[in-house]
This record gives sequence, C-alpha cells and structure tokens, in this order.
Amino acid sequence: MQHTLIALVENKPGVLNRVASLFRRRNFNIESLNVGRTENEDISRMTIVLDNEGVDARKVEANLYKLVNVIDVQDVTNQPAVNRDLALIKVSATPERRSEIASLAAIFRAKIVDVAPDSVIVEIAGTEDKIESLVELLRPSGILEMVRTGQVAMMRGSMVGVRYTPGTNGHHPSSK
Amino acid sequence: MKKTGAEILMECLVREGVDTVFGYPGGAIMPVHDAMLKYPVHHVLTRHEQGAAHAADGYARASGKVGVALATSGPGATNLVTGIATAKMDSSPIVCITGQVHAHLIGGDAFQETDVTGITLPITKHNYLVTRADQVAQVVREAFHIARSGRPGPVLIDFCKNAQLEEVEFEYPEEVSLPGYRPPQHAPLTDLEQAVRLIEQAERPVILAGNGVLMSGAMKELQMFAVKTQTPVAMTLLGLGALPASNPLSLGMMGMHGEAYCNQAIQKADLLLAFGMRFDDRVTGNLRTYAPRARKIHVEIDPTEIHKNVHVDVPLIGDLKTILTDMIPLLDEYDHSSWLDEIAEWKTETEKRSIMSWPDDGKLYTAHAIRALWNATGGDAILATGVGQHQMWAAQYYHFEQPYHLITSGGAGTMGFGLPAAIGAWFAHKDREVWLIDGDGSFQMTQAELSTAVQEGANIKVAIMNNGFLGMVRQWQEFFFDKRYAATPITGPDFVKIADAHGIPAKRVTDPDGVFDAIEFAHQTPGPVIIEFQVEQEEAVYPMVPAGADLDDMLRRPIRQ
Repeated sequence: MQHTLIALVENKPGVLNRVASLFRRRNFNIESLNVGRTENEDISRMTIVLDNEGVDARKVEANLYKLVNVIDVQDVTNQPAVNRDLALIKVSATPERRSEIASLAAIFRAKIVDVAPDSVIVEIAGTEDKIESLVELLRPSGILEMVRTGQVAMMRGSMVGVRYTPGTNGHHPSSK
Repeated sequence: MKKTGAEILMECLVREGVDTVFGYPGGAIMPVHDAMLKYPVHHVLTRHEQGAAHAADGYARASGKVGVALATSGPGATNLVTGIATAKMDSSPIVCITGQVHAHLIGGDAFQETDVTGITLPITKHNYLVTRADQVAQVVREAFHIARSGRPGPVLIDFCKNAQLEEVEFEYPEEVSLPGYRPPQHAPLTDLEQAVRLIEQAERPVILAGNGVLMSGAMKELQMFAVKTQTPVAMTLLGLGALPASNPLSLGMMGMHGEAYCNQAIQKADLLLAFGMRFDDRVTGNLRTYAPRARKIHVEIDPTEIHKNVHVDVPLIGDLKTILTDMIPLLDEYDHSSWLDEIAEWKTETEKRSIMSWPDDGKLYTAHAIRALWNATGGDAILATGVGQHQMWAAQYYHFEQPYHLITSGGAGTMGFGLPAAIGAWFAHKDREVWLIDGDGSFQMTQAELSTAVQEGANIKVAIMNNGFLGMVRQWQEFFFDKRYAATPITGPDFVKIADAHGIPAKRVTDPDGVFDAIEFAHQTPGPVIIEFQVEQEEAVYPMVPAGADLDDMLRRPIRQ
C-alpha cells in the first residue's frame, strides 16, 4: 500500500536533508520524493510517496510537523487528486522498428522526444499505472535507460487532503 | 548603528536575558569571546565542551530559562554532541553556539572544519548555519524562541567566522516569523469532554506526571486536578517534584526502580492520565502487559508522542497547563477512598523493605547518606546527579518537595552529567545550596570540571558514593550474568587528595556514624566541598523491574529483621 503526502516547506537550504534524515531516523521507507518550486517563491512543495506495510500516515505527518521548516502536510492517498509521474525511456530501435514504437507511444499519448540511429527516447507523463503499462510493452524492444521523476500530486478543485493532527497545522478550529 | 556579527550575537543574547554562558574558546569563535568583554555576560570556562553543554543544560533545568553553551569549530563543536543529545532526550532548552570556518571554506576540509549542522541534525530541535552577519539577529531570536517554546529542546547555531567579523547595520527583530512552527495550546472542547467522561467512569485512576508538568509550569494545576478528582499521582524520574512527595496523593516514582506500590497501582488502574510524559520503556516495562485494564488519556504537547509507545483512548494535544486549566472546571469532585486505601496497604510492604528499615549492621549504604542529606537540607537543596545506582537512590530517598530541584539525565542516561550540571544549576540559583550526588564512575568522567567550580567559586557540595564498581552494570551482572563482573570493578583516585589538589575541603566517610558530621561540615564550609562516602560495594537498587518484564514483576529487597 502506498501513501502519498504533500508537504509545503520553507524554501531554504537543507530542508530536503531534514526531511530525508527524519525519514531515515524514524524508519519510514520512501518510494519517491519529489521537490520543486511553487507559486510562492518562499515555499517548496514535496510529494512524498511512502511504500510501507502498515505505515501510519498520522505518525509521518506529526513527525514532519516537528521540523520547523515544514508548513503544511496533507495526506492525499485515495483522495480526489491528480497524480502524475514523468518518465523518459530510452528504447533500442533500429529505423525499421521506430514506427512500431511510435504507434505504441501514440496510444499512451507519449512522445518521441529524441531519435538516434539505434534508439529513441519516449517521454510519458501520467499515473503510475499508465507508465508501468507502457514500460511493460516497451520492455521486449529493449529498454536501455529509464528515468522517472517520482509522483507529483495535486488535489482537484478546492478540495484539500486529510490533515490529522489538530492544533499544529493552523487549520484546526480550536487553533487560533 | 553598524556592528560586527559577534557584537550582534552578544546584543541579542543580552536581550534574551542571558547573563551567563558556558563555553570554551578556540580559533573559529574568538571574535565572539572578544566581543563578550564589552557586554554584561559572564563566560564560565569549562574544562571540556561537554561540560559546557551539560552546565547550560543544568542551568536551564534549574532556572526554567534557556542555557547557553559556546564552543569553537571542529572538535570543540563535536565535544558538545553528548550534551546536546542529553538535552534533546530530556526536552531541555539550550542554545549552543559553535564557531565555523569562513563560509567560502565550507566543504573544503579546512582546519577544524566539521559539518556540525549535519552531525547535530537528529539531536537538535532545530539548527542553523549562519554565513552572513545580517542573518545573526533573526537567527538568534528564532533559536531562543524555538528552544523554550512548545516542547523545549536544544537549538544549535553554527556561526561562520566571516559572519562574526563582518559589520552590518544592527536592527533587532521584534517579531519572529516561523510559518511552520505553531506549538499547539488548547485541545478541542469535544476531546476534553470525552476525557471527562472517562474520568467520571473511573474507579481506580492514576495520574502519570512527567517532565511536561515542570516544563509547562503546571504544578498547581496538577495538584488541583489530583485533589479535586482524588487521583493518586505517580511521577517519572524527571517528573519528581511535580507534586510534593509529602502530598498524600503522591505515589513517588514509577518504573524500573519505582516504588512497588506505585507500579502496582498503575497495573491495577482502570484509567491512566498521562500528563506530559512519553511512556518511556523505563517506565512501562513490558508494553504488552502494561496497565492492561486501564483506559488512557494522554495530555501531550508533542503529537509524535501520541500512540508512539502506548495506544491511548483520548489524546489531548496541547500545553499541559492550558489543558488542565480548561479541564478542571468541567470536572466534579470524586471519592476514590477505597482505591487509595488499597494502595496505602501496598505501601506498608514497601516501607518494610526499605533500606532505612533494616537493622543497623554497621555498614554504610548510599541510602543512609542521601536520607541524611535530605534531613540536613530539609529537602531544600537542588540536587544534581550522575547516572547509575546513586541516581536511583537519590530519586528514591531524597523526597522531592519542589519542582526543578532534581537535575538528572533521564532519557539519555548520560554518565558524567552531574558535576557540570551542578555547576550550571548553581549559576541559576547562587543563593541556594546545590548538592551533587555522584557515583565514583560517573564522577570520574567529568571530574576535570572541579577546576571550573574552583575558578568560579561555585558553592556546590559534592557527595561521591564510592563503591568501587560501575554499580548499575554490576547489579545487572549480579542478577542476569551470574555475577561475572566484566569491566565493572573501577579503581578511583583518592578523592580526598583530588580535592586537596584543587584546594577543595574534603572529608571521607566510611561508616554510618560519620554521615551527619560530614554533611554538616559541607553545609558550614563555603564554596565547593567534596565528601567521599565509601559505601557498601555490592548493594543493589530495589525494587527492580528487569528489562522487558511486566511492570509489577519486580525484584524486591529482602526483608531483614
């Protein structure tokens, strides 16, 4: 079972290290961790995917809040969220086989972004499942290299993810 | 007005109310020591940076204010590490300031460069690397705020030398802006009401009072709560003094070396009210059989402590004093006299087994010395300890009537904590008598700080309980390793001569008859005094819950008539 959490953190040096160190210290297993800028230049956004049997998202959230630089944490697991992962897949392809790979890519709305004499790079963005399916279909052709960004997630519309710990996140009715 | 980074640091320390810092100079922190000469801040030169961190910690625990330790880069900073970890485990508010090489040299393995923010990341509440003078004021302001608020803890500022030397315009930041740092205060009313319902239904409630009571300053509220609901109060080691030991509702200390009746009460309870404590393994014993019939209410400011070791029925996250203040008016008065009578009965058994109930066999036990000390000081002295048997006997036989009077390393169990912490505590309360009860092993770890005490004229009275063993480990070897005393016999120096070499008056006590006079001598002699008590070598701390055993499965001291 995977857990996906969104953490808004102060955009300061060393914050990623603090989060990573916390996860190591408390024995939380990270499946993927994506960090990037947001609409606010003082804030970075992390999408953290934890792969852990029986992981307690409450515990992860509470621990994240112990870091002074963590501003907000939401659990978006099984919530109405848009989840995306981006992959670049370099596939072995002689000129004769290119069209086959291109049509496969087209079905997945993936793009060929580089063509070399004996390989192509396929770019795909989508849910984990979708990327996994394409990877499986490309595997027989020979995957030479692959890189994935890890998941990013955003709640739909004005909805927010689950915030567990009252009082600490500034959203509980009793905290003023 | 333009000031150097080092001067700005001093300006900010003064504004935080700091008048004493504990430290050690060195290349990368020299500008700070130099700037300090111009400010009304006294620098206590410890003999090792570990001593500086423990002294700052002792100062913080005795005063409730933030303690400050200062060290240079590299080895100076790494020597603080044990002290920082000790403060972290016991939520003690200290700010450590370390020198660092010039910012442009960082990462280049310059002389005395160490990645101090990296090393201390998991043992600080927060830490900072200051590379420019214009960051200093904001960082110092934040560091003190973080150290003392919420669940207190150590904060480290790693201060690059160029930032100490640079001159910038000084402006004191009146506000701290920490968008991610919002310690909780109140618990929601619905949660309080849920807790009140459990309290109403309880017939055998027990309050577990921890360090959080002292940290939150909730002693009065605790007492009101306990009296109103007629609930007995068990205390953790660091919670001792939360309720006066003489209060009829006090059950004394819980846990591995807690009072037997106290542990029995916890195991028989139908409701536990955990106030500012974290269910450490030293207080719960076997978690699977811990308080099996009890529902649990956990009042705690740190949400990560909720359900960490023990699953609780009602968590109340926030400041203890605030929550108790909110909750007390919601409570009725209850009568639990049959429960209290039951506990009182268990208590008589404990009294029979106390060392103090043993017939005089002419031998000197640590408990004799501690009890005599308690009698002599009326329980009024501040007591620092090392770690080990003497620490547990101090907790058992010095009946703490007041909070902030026991300065001891609980969570980390740091041997060598006592002497520097006692010096720190004395700086917090120069009008009080500070006693250090130490073991011969613990004492030797930081003995060098005697020179600090002499240089500062610290009025600390050192009682060394010398049994020639690393006693607590020896006790475990006796019980669980068939008396194979591996690496525990320890030869100490002649402590009276050690005292003499420092110009410290000293006495040696070898039998129970000499105890009173020696304590009186220490009491009458100004400045540091050392009393060496040559105590029974193979005495054990009882009761003892073996590690991992059920909390009421205790080894008891045999009864002697």
